[in-house]
Amino acid sequence: MVETQFRFRADEPVADPAVTVDAFGDQTNAAAVRIEPGDDARDLIPHLDRIKLVEVNFPVFGDGRGYSAARILREAGYVGELRAVGDVLVDQLAYLRRCGFDSFAPERELNHADAEAAMARYPEVYSPTVDGLAPIWAKRHGHGAGN
Amino acid sequence: MYKYDSYDQQMVDARVADFRDQVRRRLDGSISEEQFRPLRLMNGLYLQLHAYMLRVAVPYGTLSSAQMKMLGDIADKYDRGYGHFTTRQNIQYNWIKLEDAPDILADLASVEMHAIQTSGNCIRNTTSDQYAGAIADEVVDPRPYAELIRQWSTFHPEFSFLPRKFKMAVIASDTDRAAMRLHDIGIQIVKNAAGELGAAFYVGGGMGRTPMVAPCINEFVPIDQMITYSEACLRVYNRHGRRDNKYKARIKILVHELGKDEYTRQVEAEFAHLLTQGIEPPLAELERIKVQFADPAFATGLVDTLDRSDPDFALWVDNNTHTHRIPGYVVVTISLKPVGGIPGDASADQIRLMGDLAKDYSFDELRVTHAQNIVLPHVQKAELYALWQKLDAAGLGTANLDKIGDIIACPGLDYCSLANARSIPVAQKISQRFAAREQEIGELKLKISGCINACGHHHAGHIGILGVDRKGVENYQLLLGGSEGADTSLGTITGPGFDENGIVDAVEKATDVYLANKEGEERFLDTYRRIGMAPFKEAIYG
Repeated sequence: MVETQFRFRADEPVADPAVTVDAFGDQTNAAAVRIEPGDDARDLIPHLDRIKLVEVNFPVFGDGRGYSAARILREAGYVGELRAVGDVLVDQLAYLRRCGFDSFAPERELNHADAEAAMARYPEVYSPTVDGLAPIWAKRHGHGAGN
Repeated sequence: MYKYDSYDQQMVDARVADFRDQVRRRLDGSISEEQFRPLRLMNGLYLQLHAYMLRVAVPYGTLSSAQMKMLGDIADKYDRGYGHFTTRQNIQYNWIKLEDAPDILADLASVEMHAIQTSGNCIRNTTSDQYAGAIADEVVDPRPYAELIRQWSTFHPEFSFLPRKFKMAVIASDTDRAAMRLHDIGIQIVKNAAGELGAAFYVGGGMGRTPMVAPCINEFVPIDQMITYSEACLRVYNRHGRRDNKYKARIKILVHELGKDEYTRQVEAEFAHLLTQGIEPPLAELERIKVQFADPAFATGLVDTLDRSDPDFALWVDNNTHTHRIPGYVVVTISLKPVGGIPGDASADQIRLMGDLAKDYSFDELRVTHAQNIVLPHVQKAELYALWQKLDAAGLGTANLDKIGDIIACPGLDYCSLANARSIPVAQKISQRFAAREQEIGELKLKISGCINACGHHHAGHIGILGVDRKGVENYQLLLGGSEGADTSLGTITGPGFDENGIVDAVEKATDVYLANKEGEERFLDTYRRIGMAPFKEAIYG
């Protein structure tokens, strides 16, 4: 199994193996599930209360379906771990975090300093997502810090 | 014009640092060309046949004098003294060194410009009507809405790895000057019976190898839900757009395969959900932006007549100016299509001159048009002759707007690694062949693409030319009857293709058929629509 290189959670990582979305509905004791690009994240919404880990696979970094899957789960109230696995690269990290991912297990280990720099580069954001950052428009109109 | 605040400035400054770091990692070998490719593409840097090409964003085609002059300086400092204005209202430089690219971005950031998302599978630069704010037929100035979209789409976390590139256009007039229905999303700002503003959404248009005219999927999205609706359109596309075949990956294929009704149903369901997520900027933000597009200090009581005694000037006025909504002013289009020239090219000196003239004659403002020309939107009639003399002296006085010499052409095989055939020499030959008869032929929009990707909009030309590779030889197909206006239509191929000289002859035969059959004030397109393909085919192949 690939190491989790970055994790932005305080709780204990789940050790359970992740099952497929198809199998998950029937395996009522499973707490970890893996979403592939063609899967519908909304199939998991009825089960969110028993899910502790969702892995979203990026077989190739250019396949951006996992970004929508992550946001959909967070928008539905999912609070467990959301882990990006596969072809996860330095310059995708900031986008992934904004879509709700809070752990990363890249199949090729990332340069730590480059990754930290990339995640810190854009403290301000134009669009709100599920990450709780106040967008620039909110700050402009007095809904947060800023000028 | 929109002015950056500290947030906007910080964003482009961060981008410069970001890209500088990415280039460093590429140059020191810590990332491969394969890994670097999507990063440079997110920043408009293409590896072309001979060098890197950098495409700079000109949001909704609007530029200040200082910005335009910086574009001229960049052409001198980092390129070969030229810039090429594109059909997406942008500018690109064809001879860039990778190691210079971060410095160019820094120069751009110093005048509130960038190259963010000018390529890659993300939401591209949003285009608009080049006459926005200057013309009487608009409901409102569409640019504040385009600026709102620019900000929303910049580094959008969910939509930066879409199945394919994504192009949006915003207009606010029934006279479509932005080819709105040939975009992935075209938005027309409209007013309903109650006088409220809304956005009509046209989704799934495009050119390329499968040209489609976008259907309207929602005639009136309330203006304070426009961003949320856009997000819904994009989310359905990001999740369900095809990723198995890059030629079927544009949203037009999804809309076509699902059918307009099913696509719309999915968008509406996503929209209902997203309305609960609080992602729409408040109207106060739109108002903040709108204030910056307020009218310049137009003078009143101006003379509204022109001295037309110089016939060359009168010809240029008749060709290249439009009625302004304020008496005493005109909208000027500077043609970048001199006889035998490269469509859309301008020298560094010409670019700087246009920047200076904008300051002196047009309230510090210019526009780039999707037809690869430059607009000075607010010129006093009393100053028009002086302006024209300066333009003419610099080779910028060509009187041919919307005439056969006002050709849209892609860079073609002279520059582009995707092209199958050269576009520029064909454009030059046509321009030379018809220079003397341009006025007689009248309005005729001729568009040339050097491959099936259709960057030269050949599907939408009254006359379109498509360059293909036929057993290793450049071959040119002729299309007739396309249009990109409010009456958008796609051209039809006449028949077998031609070589480089043959295509010029074929165009001439087509214009001869038009002139022989034209009734009254008919344009080429009107005559073609009335008499159909047969007489043209007979003249061309008979």
